[in-house]
Amino acid sequence: MTTEKLALSDDILMKIEKPARYIGNEVNAVVKDKSRVEVRFAMCFPDVYEIGMSHLGIQILYDMFNSWEDVWCERVYSPWVDLDAIMRQQNIPLFCLESQEPVKEMDFLGITIQYEMCYTNILQVLDLSGIPLSAVMRGEDCPIVIGGGPCVYNPEPIADFFDLFYIGEGETRYRELLDLYKACKKEGCGRVEFLRRAARLPGMYVPRFYHAEYNEDGTIKSFEPTEEGIPRTVLKEVEMQVSDTYYPMKPVVPYIKVTQDRVVLEIQRGCIRGCRFCQAGQLYRPVRERDVDQLKKYALEMLKSTGHEEISLSSLSSSDYSRLPELIDFLIDKCREKNINISLPSLRIDAFSLDVMSKIQDIRKSSLTFAPEAGSQRLRDVINKGLTREDILRGCALAFRGGWTRVKLYFMLGLPTETEEDMRGIAELSNEIAATFYEEVPKAARTNGKVQIVTSTSFFVPKPFTPFQWAAQCTKEEFIEKAYFTRKCISEQLNQKSIKYNYHEADTSVWEGVLARGDRRLSQVISGVYKKGCFYDAWSEYFRNDAWEESMAECGLTTEFYSHRERELDEIFPWDFIDCGVTKDFLKREWLKAREGQISENCKVRCQGCGAARFGGGICVEPRVDDGNSCDMVGEGGMAETGEDGL
Amino acid sequence: MKVRVKFRKFGPIRFIGHLDVMRFFQKCIRRAEIDVAYTTGFSPHQIMTFAAPLGVGLTSDGEYMDIECNSVTDSRDMIERFNRASVPGIEIVSVVLLPDHAGNAMASVAAASYTVRFREGREPTFDYMGKLDAFYALPQILITRETKKNTLTVDIRPGIYELTADRESGAVHMTVDASSGGNIKPGQVLEAYAAWQGEKLAENAYTVHRRDTYVNLAAAGEPMRLAPMDAVGSLITRPMVDEERIEIARQARIRKEETMAENRRIRQETMAAAETLRQEWMRGKEDEQSNRA
Repeated sequence: MTTEKLALSDDILMKIEKPARYIGNEVNAVVKDKSRVEVRFAMCFPDVYEIGMSHLGIQILYDMFNSWEDVWCERVYSPWVDLDAIMRQQNIPLFCLESQEPVKEMDFLGITIQYEMCYTNILQVLDLSGIPLSAVMRGEDCPIVIGGGPCVYNPEPIADFFDLFYIGEGETRYRELLDLYKACKKEGCGRVEFLRRAARLPGMYVPRFYHAEYNEDGTIKSFEPTEEGIPRTVLKEVEMQVSDTYYPMKPVVPYIKVTQDRVVLEIQRGCIRGCRFCQAGQLYRPVRERDVDQLKKYALEMLKSTGHEEISLSSLSSSDYSRLPELIDFLIDKCREKNINISLPSLRIDAFSLDVMSKIQDIRKSSLTFAPEAGSQRLRDVINKGLTREDILRGCALAFRGGWTRVKLYFMLGLPTETEEDMRGIAELSNEIAATFYEEVPKAARTNGKVQIVTSTSFFVPKPFTPFQWAAQCTKEEFIEKAYFTRKCISEQLNQKSIKYNYHEADTSVWEGVLARGDRRLSQVISGVYKKGCFYDAWSEYFRNDAWEESMAECGLTTEFYSHRERELDEIFPWDFIDCGVTKDFLKREWLKAREGQISENCKVRCQGCGAARFGGGICVEPRVDDGNSCDMVGEGGMAETGEDGL
Repeated sequence: MKVRVKFRKFGPIRFIGHLDVMRFFQKCIRRAEIDVAYTTGFSPHQIMTFAAPLGVGLTSDGEYMDIECNSVTDSRDMIERFNRASVPGIEIVSVVLLPDHAGNAMASVAAASYTVRFREGREPTFDYMGKLDAFYALPQILITRETKKNTLTVDIRPGIYELTADRESGAVHMTVDASSGGNIKPGQVLEAYAAWQGEKLAENAYTVHRRDTYVNLAAAGEPMRLAPMDAVGSLITRPMVDEERIEIARQARIRKEETMAENRRIRQETMAAAETLRQEWMRGKEDEQSNRA
């Protein structure tokens, strides 16, 4: 079936950049007869098409919804700024790609929220759809706006804009939610009553039924349901049967080049490592592996149904997948004959991974990526990054002898307890890696002449549900000072000519921090920023720091309160009503251990009693093994995807 | 063996640009499981060329793509498989085998025919149906063409092989040069026509449909003899295998495996050496510790 009519006129489509973003009709896009479905679901990623289309979570849920006969799920993305202006000027409502019909006509608008800086884009999507920004202002003619994804583990800053949040992994409760919706529709009981009943389903959070009281110092005094029967805490949803659940065998294939232009195979969910800055590592516990035979079948089927020329494995730490060698051998074997590339992000560097990489890629062109995150061993212990200087140097030595000449290093600046020594460590480690190259590779064998080391630093953003949720975040000025200091240290190194240094922008890191750990009062700030004309804040060319500062001041709030103070151990956090599976006691223990510089073993070595064992599956019920090596390395292709939660 | 594929492009898909159509076909060929040949380098890609790129927003009944195949089944089966793997809006209409000496699609394009219609309310104010013949009778039609460096004045009249008005449907038909050296866009002809009457066309004033793309069958010096690009090929009626191609692919694969194996051997040796180094280093560290103790 095809949609002949388009929501946008030829005049508009001929004028804007990349019209293919808005016309739908891609291979494997699902078009249903709307008269034969009962629930229409608009699934939105609030960023531009190329980014949104690269997200595996949406593909999984799109496949799940459309596998149900009574549901038609369609996609929506943020129109790019050129089209946005035209739509406002000509009053064109935002539409779904498949049917090209207005979002406002749908029963649900589901928005996946992957990063804080897209919050203003959520408002753009609502606004263009003609849906009131404030959830309580919406009438019966509006879709139910539901949020999901990693950011909804602290949904409070965006609580005003959503009718409902789905906390956790999306595979488990949508069927129940939609059945409830159908029942309510039949009864004609209205949206508020539907939300009231939905709030009783596991994993569902309806912000309007909760009330926050604040202390004089701005911290939360109490956070309580306003009605009888509304649960006080919301436990996240987890799909424990990862080998026996939905997986998109026919993912949508975009026409234009998108960020993730390949088959993505999620091999496991969760991570055993427990790095203390990492939110994904806590949220997706317990670690659950997918069955290797199933994965082989998925891989072949998806390659066939999409025609993609590349397949990528997805997980937070691929090397920890127990059947990795078997899976990779299978893929190499099958892909070679079909000229299909394999990309393996998030591999630990060791003889095995180097051997694998030498089989699947041209080492002259590829680079190795390490994420030591901190420059000194002391600070790596603080963040529980079980990776030693020797691991890194040994891995590099192996790689250099194997022919690699390019190394990317990722660090964070502004981690708790950081000193000048730690920052100097970044420069020294970069230098030592360069020195290792010149020691290991004789002059005659240096194919590219010299080694290229790219050292990048980002700024640390404390996230909810991590041991660092109590930590203070640096100010923008402190961040910039740290970046300058690091740059100076690198320029003092012997091999500085082989090292290129990049640092992330400081402005956005501060706002990311404020939004990550913010409370309900920030909804006003976000809508204030949006009303000043800002969205696409995740895109540096459209981010306006002054608008954020102004809006914050207008609401009488400070970044000092939200980000730059260390929180008391007994402070009530805005996200405390959510139970993410990991207990606050565990996080507190980890926070105290961090400050002592004590490490915690990973889940495979020893259980740390985080609380995720209550789900009764995954790594928590598997026998422990001794695992000494924990040298992280990310292969070509960058960082791992996060899980497929909520939306 | 070289196979020429003719396809139509219509509906919403007209907004997919040329490069994206190429990307579409790379994936479509895999989905259709066409036994396409790959280049033999380290990053192999499908051997394919397209005739004349079609601009965004244009529809067409005559687009062509040449692909090199290791083996083929027959025309009907291949058309069917292509269409099963395609999308509504890209329809494969013919698959033919090219003779060995045939030039590739891009190099052999000579001309393309178009049907152009003015959008309602954006027609020129003069009698554009009536005056077309007089315009076509001009000895010279000069237009300015902007290049990166400067503006050139060119005579497009010799490149217009047909220009007629269809009063019944209100459409303008034209056949124009589409070769890579002298390509003329239908819009250029219309703009020159309007300019001749002292008018400027409105923005997005017309729609363009390409009817077909042609090769010139005439020998050098003879008058032009245009034929649809698939006329130079022949229907495939039985499965065929290109032994030569398969041998090239086989050897390329062997060469690659050999290089990989050699790389691996070197790597394994060096890794063993590195391991020795590491052990020495560990021993050194142990000694150091025991010395300290």
